[in-house]
Amino acid sequence: MRLVVPLRGIVGGRGGLILGTFVPCALFCYLHIRRLRFLATRRVSERAEPIAKAEESPYYVGLGRVSQDPFDEVANPNGIIQLGLSENRLCLDLIEEWLSENLNGAMIGHGSDKGHLGIGGITGYQPHDGVTELKEAMAGFMSQVMGGEISFDPSRIVLTAGATPAIEILCFCLADPGDAFLVPTPYYPGFDRDMTWRTGVELIPVHCHSANNFILSIAALQQAFNQARKRGQRVQGILISNPSNPVGNLLPQKTLHDILDFARKKNIHIISDEIFAGSIHGNEEFFSLAKILDAENFDKSRAHILYGLSKDLSLAGFRVGVIYSYNDDVLAAAKKLTRFSSVSAPTQRLLISLLSDTSFIGRYLETNRKRIRKMYDIFVSGLKEIGVKYVDSSGGLYCWVDMSGLMHSHNVKEELELWDKLLNVAKVNATPGSACHSIEPGWFRCCFTTLSEGNIRIAIERIRKVAEMRKSSR
Amino acid sequence: MEPASVRKHSLLSMIARNGGHGEHSPYFDGWKAYDRNPFHPTQNPDGVIQMGLAENQLSFDLIEEWIKNNPTASICTPDGVGKFKDVAIFQDYHGLPEFRQAIAKFMGRVRRGKVTFDPDRIVMSGGATGASETLIFCLADPGDAFLVPSPYYPAFDRDLRWRTGVRLIPFACDSTNNFQVTLAQMESAYAKAIEANINVKGVILTNPSNPLGINLSKETLTSLLSFTFEKNLHMVCDEIYSATVFKSPAFTSIAEVMQETECNPDLVHIIYSLSKDMGLPGFRVGIIYSYNDQVVNCARKMSSFGLVSSQSQHLLASMLSDEVFIEKFLEENSRRLGKRHSRVVEGLKQEGINCLEGNAGLFLWMDLRHLLKEPTPDAEMELWRVIIKDVKLNVSPGSSFHCPEPGFFRVCFANMDDHTVEVALQRIREFVSRGNKNGDDKKHWRKRDLRLSFTSRKCDESLISPRQIMSPHSPVPQSPLVRART
Repeated sequence: MRLVVPLRGIVGGRGGLILGTFVPCALFCYLHIRRLRFLATRRVSERAEPIAKAEESPYYVGLGRVSQDPFDEVANPNGIIQLGLSENRLCLDLIEEWLSENLNGAMIGHGSDKGHLGIGGITGYQPHDGVTELKEAMAGFMSQVMGGEISFDPSRIVLTAGATPAIEILCFCLADPGDAFLVPTPYYPGFDRDMTWRTGVELIPVHCHSANNFILSIAALQQAFNQARKRGQRVQGILISNPSNPVGNLLPQKTLHDILDFARKKNIHIISDEIFAGSIHGNEEFFSLAKILDAENFDKSRAHILYGLSKDLSLAGFRVGVIYSYNDDVLAAAKKLTRFSSVSAPTQRLLISLLSDTSFIGRYLETNRKRIRKMYDIFVSGLKEIGVKYVDSSGGLYCWVDMSGLMHSHNVKEELELWDKLLNVAKVNATPGSACHSIEPGWFRCCFTTLSEGNIRIAIERIRKVAEMRKSSR
Repeated sequence: MEPASVRKHSLLSMIARNGGHGEHSPYFDGWKAYDRNPFHPTQNPDGVIQMGLAENQLSFDLIEEWIKNNPTASICTPDGVGKFKDVAIFQDYHGLPEFRQAIAKFMGRVRRGKVTFDPDRIVMSGGATGASETLIFCLADPGDAFLVPSPYYPAFDRDLRWRTGVRLIPFACDSTNNFQVTLAQMESAYAKAIEANINVKGVILTNPSNPLGINLSKETLTSLLSFTFEKNLHMVCDEIYSATVFKSPAFTSIAEVMQETECNPDLVHIIYSLSKDMGLPGFRVGIIYSYNDQVVNCARKMSSFGLVSSQSQHLLASMLSDEVFIEKFLEENSRRLGKRHSRVVEGLKQEGINCLEGNAGLFLWMDLRHLLKEPTPDAEMELWRVIIKDVKLNVSPGSSFHCPEPGFFRVCFANMDDHTVEVALQRIREFVSRGNKNGDDKKHWRKRDLRLSFTSRKCDESLISPRQIMSPHSPVPQSPLVRART
């Protein structure tokens, strides 16, 4: 009733008191009734409303624009070149070849199937978290991906319909609404949606800087944790991606040790998203969380690894994600939650065959790395030619490019203007760093594994034109 | 309510810690009994027969034949592998256009052409389980409630409430009018909920009903739809058994009723799936069909959490567009379901056991009230334990479906072959005749030790053999079922 005082100033005495009481009450009732009416007519839930609104992040806007006007060398040479989707199309021919040679109607699976389940084996209900044979094959595959140095226990695997539900399920298991995860920036824009939409969980960015190659510092982690504590917010874990998306660097062994130590002291979880582990094209050594835990005497009960087949095997459409947890209680809960997101049975059948062919997989992984490297080399040499800087990366399907040289001033507004120019004038869709919560404006993630060599050169040329335009307009 | 200190120090979320998954329920004893001792005609003829799994296995030979004859539909064949690349990378949450079109057409066909569905309103989800949960996320906030007629599918308690925080308010249908849902019951339940200050967001109907195996009549649907319109409530219709109708009355969808009754389309939503009608639960095809654009938009974004594998989409797009095959399949599937239903009903009738007059679904609603020692839930559980332990049939007790009247059991009949059906009926015959020989049936149960002996209720996963098949109710993987060979 803060209106009482000023009204008393306008209308003195008892009149003011009465008015000062009556008016706010009436206003309150009016607004309350309006809200009730609004709630009554509102068709979707409160939590769904923000989701239903159009996605405004440049990450999604860019993807949307490309789907309306996609570049095609022949059919649409003036279309938008897609550098915003970390998809790998370089080795699908290998899998296609394998399919032609190996499967021939394996969906029915008469000969290879024990118990002659035939098609009944794939039409019927399956364990929600995946059939045992696929878990075994997946454990073997993950081991191959990590260089054969670690063995994964199939009973610690929970299979989900893609990495997207995998991370959501893990959040549902580890955190309550209002709890938070610390996430080093820059990070994959999809985390904002996947981890928070329905869980009610929050993400606290922990900023990393170009000065130390975007490697997470424990001091920054500590500061973010303390600030959350002061606010009364419960931090339940740290999410790292390794190889990092969007930067493409690999976490050093020491950093992983420090993070594990930090997590132990604070009694919080550590989730390592290793979905690009098979896309490491550089020479740096990769340390999976599994490798560290295997070798050292770290407490494993709060450690979890996320994986999937969308990037390393290019099977994004098949929807196969993995939660690998060292915590039995989390495994038990996650398994129950997979009832909402299970892998389709025919896909499971196909993958059991594919992943079990270890010699093919070995050849595939090696060829995949070589082809990614080749494209990376072409892309970065193009950037060098046009004088654009980038971070040397060893993994992932993208390059973290510094386009601040093309900006008039060093802020997010300028970055978004540049993004807009690139998208709508140059017709190149790259993901601006602000969409990835980068603290330093001017960085862009450019994915190069959906393009042919020729198309990479076209993309570079288009960026060069923008660079020239920006220079001349200064 | 757990103490704040537990939450403060817990490494796991409340969702992970609470019993919202429902697997500590005593009903899972039946599953465990089956798992430890599964029936097999030759290898284990004395094992427990699974009659608690609503799976349609009667027509997969037709599916198998179609797949063999249509190699281009599968990317795993020389004829179809050319599509592999495009299919493998396709992860657009709108789904393959041809898949959505095929689903829309199929749904229209199941409704005998009386309704057409718009492919742009088809939203995918992880099976009907994922579809129903996603829809609830879109329509309701934690604490909101939906009215649901009981008896109802037990997994709704988990699927619709566990992560969403939404409440279900059952209102009972009973045997006095053959468990028909009436407007009066719904009105009364709604009024009570409002009086108790519960924010009712809508109503969930399963039509055809699980576990009853009957359709809602057009008149009933019309009156319920009008009621929800009047009260501004969402009308959610789970129509996943729509093509399992094997005798009249024909199925009436809410979509059909909408065309003839004043309503607000923004409040009407259908849940669908291929798990029951086509017998393809393993494919995980759940569909949300909403007449509300905002819901379609929101659900579509959420479908990222449960998209259908593009490989499956590709195959099904082809299969469901084959109109000649689908026509034949739907007809033959209904015929086989009807035949199986009649056989089981007849077999039970011979033993003096009646069932609710059903015309749809993969199960029947069996009346064993006359075998209860008293009309109480405890007596029903006692009888159920006898059926599992002595008769060795895993049927589902009515109380698991929130049926307020003790003595009813759901019996699934479409997940086995003819031979297994006969074995089951024979066991019932023997059970009933044993009961008759012992004179006073009711005293007979009292003397028996009816406890199921397990060393632990928790499922021991090390005992589980590799080839396991899971049902949506069961917490434990089970050994392969005997496949229907007819």
